[in-house]
Amino acid sequence: MAEAAAAKRIDFQTDPSRYHHWKLVTDGDRAELIMDVDENATLFSGYQLKLNSYDLGVDIELADVLQRLRFEHPEVRVVVMKSGKDKVFCAGANIRMLAVSTHAHKVNFCKFTNETRNSIEDSSENSGQKFICAVRGTAAGGGYELALACDRIILADDGNSTVSLPEIPLLAVLPGTGGLTRVTDKRKVRRDLADAFCTVEEGVKGARAVKWRLVDRVATNSKFDAEVAALATELAASIKKAPGAKGIALTPIPRAIAADTITYSTVRVAIDRPGRRATITILGPDANPPDDIATMHSQAAQFWSLRLARELDDAILELRLNELEVGTLVFKSEGDPGRVLAHDAFLANHAEDWLATEIRNYWKRVLKRIDVTSRSLVATIEPGSCFAGTLAEIVFACDRSFMFQGSRKGDNRGPATMLLSAQNFGAYPMSNGITRLQTRFLGEPESVGAAEKQTGKSLDAAACEDLGLVTSAFDEIDWDDEVRIFLEERASFSADGLTGLEANLRFAGPETMETKIFGRLTAWQNWIFQRPNAVGADGALKRYGSGVKAEFDKKRV
Amino acid sequence: MTTSPTPAGAVDYTTKIPNNINLAGDDRVLKALEQWHPGYIDWWMTMGPDGFQTSDVYLRTAISIDPKGWAKFDYVKMPEYRWGILLAPQDENRLVNFGAHKGEKAWQEVPGEYRASLRRLVVIQGDTEPASVEQQRFLGKTAPSLYDMRNLFQVNVEEGRHLWAMVYLLHKYFGKDGREEADGLLQRRSGDQDKPRMLGAFNEETPDWLSFFMFTFFTDRDGKMQLESLAQSGFDPMSRTCRFMLTEEAHHMFVGETGVSRTIERTCAAMKAAGIEDPYDINRVRALGVIDLPTIQKKANLHYSLSLDLFGSEISTNAANFYNGGLKGRFMETKIEDDHLLTSATYPVLKLIDGQIKSVEEPALTAINMRLRDDYSKDCQGGVNRWNKVIEKAGIKFAITLPSVAFHRHIGEFKDVKVSHDGKVLSETEWIKNRDQWLPSKSDGDYIASLMQPCWERGKYAGWLSAPKVGIDNKGGDFEYVKIHRA
Repeated sequence: MAEAAAAKRIDFQTDPSRYHHWKLVTDGDRAELIMDVDENATLFSGYQLKLNSYDLGVDIELADVLQRLRFEHPEVRVVVMKSGKDKVFCAGANIRMLAVSTHAHKVNFCKFTNETRNSIEDSSENSGQKFICAVRGTAAGGGYELALACDRIILADDGNSTVSLPEIPLLAVLPGTGGLTRVTDKRKVRRDLADAFCTVEEGVKGARAVKWRLVDRVATNSKFDAEVAALATELAASIKKAPGAKGIALTPIPRAIAADTITYSTVRVAIDRPGRRATITILGPDANPPDDIATMHSQAAQFWSLRLARELDDAILELRLNELEVGTLVFKSEGDPGRVLAHDAFLANHAEDWLATEIRNYWKRVLKRIDVTSRSLVATIEPGSCFAGTLAEIVFACDRSFMFQGSRKGDNRGPATMLLSAQNFGAYPMSNGITRLQTRFLGEPESVGAAEKQTGKSLDAAACEDLGLVTSAFDEIDWDDEVRIFLEERASFSADGLTGLEANLRFAGPETMETKIFGRLTAWQNWIFQRPNAVGADGALKRYGSGVKAEFDKKRV
Repeated sequence: MTTSPTPAGAVDYTTKIPNNINLAGDDRVLKALEQWHPGYIDWWMTMGPDGFQTSDVYLRTAISIDPKGWAKFDYVKMPEYRWGILLAPQDENRLVNFGAHKGEKAWQEVPGEYRASLRRLVVIQGDTEPASVEQQRFLGKTAPSLYDMRNLFQVNVEEGRHLWAMVYLLHKYFGKDGREEADGLLQRRSGDQDKPRMLGAFNEETPDWLSFFMFTFFTDRDGKMQLESLAQSGFDPMSRTCRFMLTEEAHHMFVGETGVSRTIERTCAAMKAAGIEDPYDINRVRALGVIDLPTIQKKANLHYSLSLDLFGSEISTNAANFYNGGLKGRFMETKIEDDHLLTSATYPVLKLIDGQIKSVEEPALTAINMRLRDDYSKDCQGGVNRWNKVIEKAGIKFAITLPSVAFHRHIGEFKDVKVSHDGKVLSETEWIKNRDQWLPSKSDGDYIASLMQPCWERGKYAGWLSAPKVGIDNKGGDFEYVKIHRA
């Protein structure tokens, strides 16, 4: 069954007409998001999604809902998340699904669910959409983690409804979706109480849950809906956003998937299987941005900046989940850097427009998605490329960047250039809360200032190398060999070693809840997920539900 | 100007740098080499043979890689020697012949995976070439004959050409880093405290001509073994480069073997003429103005042991990786009958165990250095046997022997232990007491130095050295091999 998980292509595109597990009901500035998992609509065979438990398929729909809430329902201010089932809010990630999944799938699943939880918090912070989790029945493990991602948690005080993180006592693993970090850093639960909470299988209910700060309020069944509504009104009032926003439709993304290529309108992915790498070519805008904001709204999902963000996001997810042996992603671009900068300027000049803001916030998340992608990231900046402003951020997200110096013989396009825009200096913070350039130049903050002074200027290879914006510049004499040898060498290293190396080097600087969540996921959870106490034949994940108690290696490491 | 296609193997002299690799069609490497060239000439002028840069030397220059007719002899001023890039011809069907890639087509480009390892191999080999020129730069002044002086300079210019060969590989296949490394080869200096050459033996002095002969016999023979094993490389350009270098290296070995042999011959002849039978009657022998056989033995001990150090540690994971990667093979790899993978084979290695020197079976893959060193020792022994024939013919009871491989070592298994010439483990006191018996002492050195008087008259040879049996290029011993124009 784990084999099946590896063989089936996972698609991240969906829309409400195809949802199996979620229902979104909007009413003015309120929305209800109802989780009602269809236990038979699983991504793979070998398990059923009982008790509102989830697999990646459920989360792909949730991610889609959140995206549509932002773009299609900008009028919504408060989202109430609730269960469509009696007695259970959500039982978390499906254990049998985890037991039959490859390690790689488990890691990719956790990473994506984390990105989705972070996206809930991003909506709350930047899109004026607050989330209330209305928990009736049990919210266990991933179910409680879903609640933790919301702004407020209301728990039914009915003697049965509980919140719990039973991973340790039940499964010998950790909550994989930021549970521990959010308990201590977001809800600020006292550490000894958190320790007690995480080791008691049945969890905590009622007044104690409030006292321990695990939930915000409890309400009896009879008053539950009214309490939720009152809280929603309270939250809606706290949101400052102009009324009257009218959403746009996130129309299906046209793409052609062939054996070794994925082709979108602005992104081309070409996979070199023997070389274990994919080249992602980004196509710049073929026109300048419209003169006015209304035209952008009418272009909607066709507006270049948004179209590219959606296509690139999909391409990264495709490669992450469906192309495990592609170890290196090589970013290239083609187009007019001036037009890219014009788009950046257009979005910056219309910062008051909700859609312009959403597009920029989306780019922030796409870039973060690239940051946490466990593949070697390389940018090659060649004549004819358009790594400018927002697209230059992709270069700064890469582990290495190579820039072509001068022109190729017979190429009249002129030398490669990079351009910086205001977007490179604050619009797209990384998970560590600072920009990629600030992270890059942690030891030399003056270099950020030096780069900022060059905003809007065409920077050739020598200038980029001098400013520290690229790793190396090579002229025609060296280019082919240097790039080829680098890529071949990269492909020869241990995939695990590189994953660890890159994750360590990418996120210099401050620690945030997000960096903790991803860092601890990769370090601790992935370690535990590999250990016999969890996944061995006698381990807790394997024996879960068999009635036979797991056997543990008692040595502490 | 019209050009006819260059016949296969012939050297193209239309560029500044003679070559058989179509350099004229390779802008990138031509440009890099032309930029490197002035630095090289500068190095040659400051670190090459001191005092003879304007002399006309009867040198051979490679004009083709055809084994029968590749050399052309003529008078050349050394700075005008046409250093060039010459590779053995490409065999389209050549395969990687050993290691994990055995059976694949030989690589015409550097596999990215092995970039760092290959670069390191090229740089280490390349570093030895200019080093020996630096070590030998003052020897011309005390040359025992014009014939020997010419041989010294021939060796020097060819070491220079071997540096070109390695620089070509760096420029052609290793990009920016390669160019930096090529520049580094001109910046390090033999024996320099701050920027020494990479390997120990190449920072030792070559103070006299007997040392030079010993060096070319023992240390250049290490070079030959290294080239032989690099000639096996799956990286085809490296293999082709080294194969051609080996044809030149043979002359260096010849200079060493015959040089020592002529020294021995002269000593034996002088002893016989004076009626001395005891080779250990050193004072009487030295009174004849020749080098006594025990001192020749000591010189051999010194150079052999220093050269053994060049093979590195007996057990080496680097060597194993190089082999398994198909980068550096064994001596005569393709003639060896085994699986050429060595994943399960063992090889006997001499080790120090509980203070005793013992042979232990070790995994053959990690014992690659040991094996190459054993092949080297065998190769040395052949030359030593020929020297002993000369002594035997003179009827003197003495034989040169190679010391134990554990004797006087600074690298590997025996670096921390004192061992006698015949392989007995010694205490520190015993070693100090006996050291001068086995290694040249200060007074030995002073005596040899006293013999190092120039002898530059046509057809004349210094009194401690006999004339060669035949000259170079079928010229007589009295041919004017160097027309000295002192600068």
